[in-house]
Amino acid sequence: MRNLVAAPVILLAVMLQSAIISRVTLLSGIGDLPLVMLAAWALQDEVETSWHWAVASGLLVGFVSGIHWVVPALSYLTIVVLAQLFQRRVWQAPLLAMFSVVFLGTIGMSLFSLVVLRFVGIPLSVNDVLGLVTLPSILLNMLLAIPAYAVMRDLARWVYPSPEVE
Amino acid sequence: MRNLFSRTLQTTIIFLVVGGIIALALGGYFSSASNVFTGSLITLQSWFSTRFVALQDFLTAPRDVASLRQRNAELEADVSELQAQVIQLQQQVGETDILAALVDFSRARSENKYKGAAVIGRDPSPFLHYVIINAGSNDGVLRGMPVVTDQGLVGRVDAVIADAARVQLITDPASKVNIRLQNAETEASLIGSVTGDVTLDLIPQDIFIEAGDLVLTSGLGGGYPPDLIIGQVVNVRSRDFDLFQQATVQPVVDFNRLQIVLVIINFKPVDISPLVPGP
Repeated sequence: MRNLVAAPVILLAVMLQSAIISRVTLLSGIGDLPLVMLAAWALQDEVETSWHWAVASGLLVGFVSGIHWVVPALSYLTIVVLAQLFQRRVWQAPLLAMFSVVFLGTIGMSLFSLVVLRFVGIPLSVNDVLGLVTLPSILLNMLLAIPAYAVMRDLARWVYPSPEVE
Repeated sequence: MRNLFSRTLQTTIIFLVVGGIIALALGGYFSSASNVFTGSLITLQSWFSTRFVALQDFLTAPRDVASLRQRNAELEADVSELQAQVIQLQQQVGETDILAALVDFSRARSENKYKGAAVIGRDPSPFLHYVIINAGSNDGVLRGMPVVTDQGLVGRVDAVIADAARVQLITDPASKVNIRLQNAETEASLIGSVTGDVTLDLIPQDIFIEAGDLVLTSGLGGGYPPDLIIGQVVNVRSRDFDLFQQATVQPVVDFNRLQIVLVIINFKPVDISPLVPGP
């Protein structure tokens, strides 16, 4: 039942992404709120599983976006994998892990999008993509990372309350 | 009798003395003495007055500060409310201006049927240029229908659900629009890019084009109706070793500020892909 909280949170994140975040551009890059929130959620110690969050976010973003649904779905699953790897290795510095996951996740998603779009016949310049889309998107995602981490930490503590010590 | 006489004499003398003093004073003979006297009085009164006012200020000031603070808070609340009203009214005026322009546009092109829709979102991916509008199949919107504003072509409907639709902008890297240049009387293709710039391609080398040429839809291919304004040529790139010229186009529509658009709902796009020979 606790996993049901994913539905409204993901829906809200995608709505905010489409209505607000996508309008705030830096060069041609935009932030990715579902990606950042997913990374923040997957990095919380209390969270037992976040795979279904990744699948649901990917499918919903794929439904809203013109890009093929495989791109966000697989990218978000990769974010969860990255987050679990970093959670074990950088567990004493959660914000560092958060920044690392967001950084690598944004680069991975950009490259995956580039490959898929080129595969379907849309000519994209790698230099343009890296300089005008990927790097600005990384910066915007980093800016989103801190508040997103704080919000998701509170949400995780609310969903998974720690047992009282007697 | 004697007493009565002496009192009358006394009174008369007093009146004469007082009258004489007044006459002398009015005549200015006592000015120096009266100046000293009145000056001392005025100085003394001023001293009392200033001390009293200072004391009054001291006693009443705290009460005034409290009431002024309360009044200031009330006025600030009023100002905030009025500023919110001003913003709301400015927004309404802006929307009214847009709607009036769209109505004028639809009246000028009465051969088309339009469905107005508000832009409620953008594509979450930075690689693609799509917008989401709040009109869908329930409003008669179908896939492939062109989308315009009063300024010119916006794009076409890419996907539809019951109450919303996704519109591919002409700036999208996958967008391709067949156009004609009004002055040069030639046709070419307009393609978008990941940065949102739009360029003309496939312009024959023997055609002379220059900055300022108007770019319109040609209607070829059946994707868009003809003669919709797209923009103006900004600069031309022509190299001898290229097969075709290229040109950068400045769209007339500001895609960053799209608020309300019109879907041409009586236009049926033609799918010519089965007729295009494969590789």
